[in-house]
Amino acid sequence: MEKLTKDDVHPSIVKALLDQETNITFEDALENEMILNMGPQHPATHGVLRVLLRLDGETIVAAVPDLGYLHRGYEKMAENMSFYEFIPHTDRLDYISPPANNTAFCLAVEKLYGIEAPVRAQYIRMIMTELARITSHLVAVGSLAMDVGALTVFLWCLREREKVLNSYDIICGARFTTSYTRIGGVAADMPDEAIVIIKDFIAQFEEKLDEAERLLNTNRIFVERLEGVGVISGEEAINMGLTGPNLRGSGIDHDLRRANPYMLYDQMDFKVPVYNEGDSLARYFVRADELRESCKIILQCLDKMPKGEIMLNSPKKVLPRKTEIYTKMEELIHDFMIVNFGVKPPVGDIYSAVENPKGELGFYIVSKGEGHPWKMKIRSPSFCNLQSLGGLIKGHMISDVVAIIGSLDPVMGEADK
Amino acid sequence: MEIKDKIVPLLQEQFPETNFEVTDFRGDLKIKFDASLIVPVSNFLKQHDELKFNMCEDVTAVDWATKKKRFTIIYHIYSLENKFRLRLACDVEENHPHIESVVPVWKSANWYERETYDMYGIKFDNHPDLRRMYMPEEYEYYPLRKEYPLMGIPGDLTLPKK
Repeated sequence: MEKLTKDDVHPSIVKALLDQETNITFEDALENEMILNMGPQHPATHGVLRVLLRLDGETIVAAVPDLGYLHRGYEKMAENMSFYEFIPHTDRLDYISPPANNTAFCLAVEKLYGIEAPVRAQYIRMIMTELARITSHLVAVGSLAMDVGALTVFLWCLREREKVLNSYDIICGARFTTSYTRIGGVAADMPDEAIVIIKDFIAQFEEKLDEAERLLNTNRIFVERLEGVGVISGEEAINMGLTGPNLRGSGIDHDLRRANPYMLYDQMDFKVPVYNEGDSLARYFVRADELRESCKIILQCLDKMPKGEIMLNSPKKVLPRKTEIYTKMEELIHDFMIVNFGVKPPVGDIYSAVENPKGELGFYIVSKGEGHPWKMKIRSPSFCNLQSLGGLIKGHMISDVVAIIGSLDPVMGEADK
Repeated sequence: MEIKDKIVPLLQEQFPETNFEVTDFRGDLKIKFDASLIVPVSNFLKQHDELKFNMCEDVTAVDWATKKKRFTIIYHIYSLENKFRLRLACDVEENHPHIESVVPVWKSANWYERETYDMYGIKFDNHPDLRRMYMPEEYEYYPLRKEYPLMGIPGDLTLPKK
């Protein structure tokens, strides 16, 4: 095995790795303690996350995550395109749950414009968001299980996820990069065929979930590899800015769907699962429970969903209907203006956040009254959750690193933007 | 009285000589003040018994591309108890843009400030580990500044040898 040299690891990262108070030099460090480079090409880092580990034997003394291998500059691109043009790019943020990102972005733009989607569209968005939560948590639970050695559950989870993706296919016309929402509504109505598929899926899902949970919760290897590993207290979790299931695994009852309800979540009856242990196992339990809660929300939405419009009829702010574009002059002009120059929002800045599967996804949009944002900042949950990684893996073994990364469930498309 | 109406009077009482510029757009409360006060104001907002803004959600900057007050640093903070989000804003100048780091107040600001430094070149004084977040360490440009072209600068990234 070749030795790491100064060309492999940048001196500033080494400085961060070896705290200031230690006076060992880089060459010494290689002989006494070891610096191990994990990633960016590593199957257990869920993408292109690179972590530099400083090891004493097999114990981790310090760890420095290194991001940016998937940095595509979405914030810069957003400043140079209209709001409509950015919707497909939101698919590529958290690529495990595209409909949830679409919804988050459209809610932010609608807040800026001061408009609201019709009721049916909001219900459809909620169904899609919760389906996205199910797919995301299935991947999270499955890959966490795979990382600690339980491959069966991973395959079972992906099998269930495939059924949800089939319903995406019928609703959005795409299985993965959905780009389903539009500003002021959704792209297409939800067909009855899709409702049948979703209902069938939920009817059998509970049983499959129980099956998978039986395999994990009573599995001694699985439990022992996660219990007491990567513990973070509630206070520390808030201080480190954790959100989503990771925060709720530390005993903090915070869910934006409850705290600052958006869409129609205030009319839904669902529990917010909270576990107090703060370890990797608790984070897994939160996700498993949330799968059931999401199913409950979807069933309620399907019951309550009224018939009606799926796009706001406001041609000055929202793309007009195709039939009207072809028959009416005004609508044709508006369509031309919106497609070419975007809708002009008022001057101001807004921040809109939603509870995504990974945590709080927020969009901060600064508008100068032009059809494209002057600045758009994406507050991505994976980025903020990853920040605690260095502290969590300190003092653990190398094999625990994969378990902790799996339990934090970062998606690098979102963390690197 | 709602939490939204409480914040500004409490701040004004604590910092009587400071000018707090308050805007309320679409229900988002934004408070703008002098950049030198960021740490005391943050500390006050975090530790006040009623306000308790205990979570820092985001730190970013806006490049206005103007001669004076070119950048505005934006902080989004959240109070879990009051379920309320507040936006703080501070202007900094183009020439040697710098502001005091809020990492001692909220630990989570560490990476947010690094990202802001990476993208805008704003120095956060007394930051424990101010390195670039996404771009390589020796990269000499700040991509989210308005003068940086959308297509990038050809040849600005050195490729690995071999």
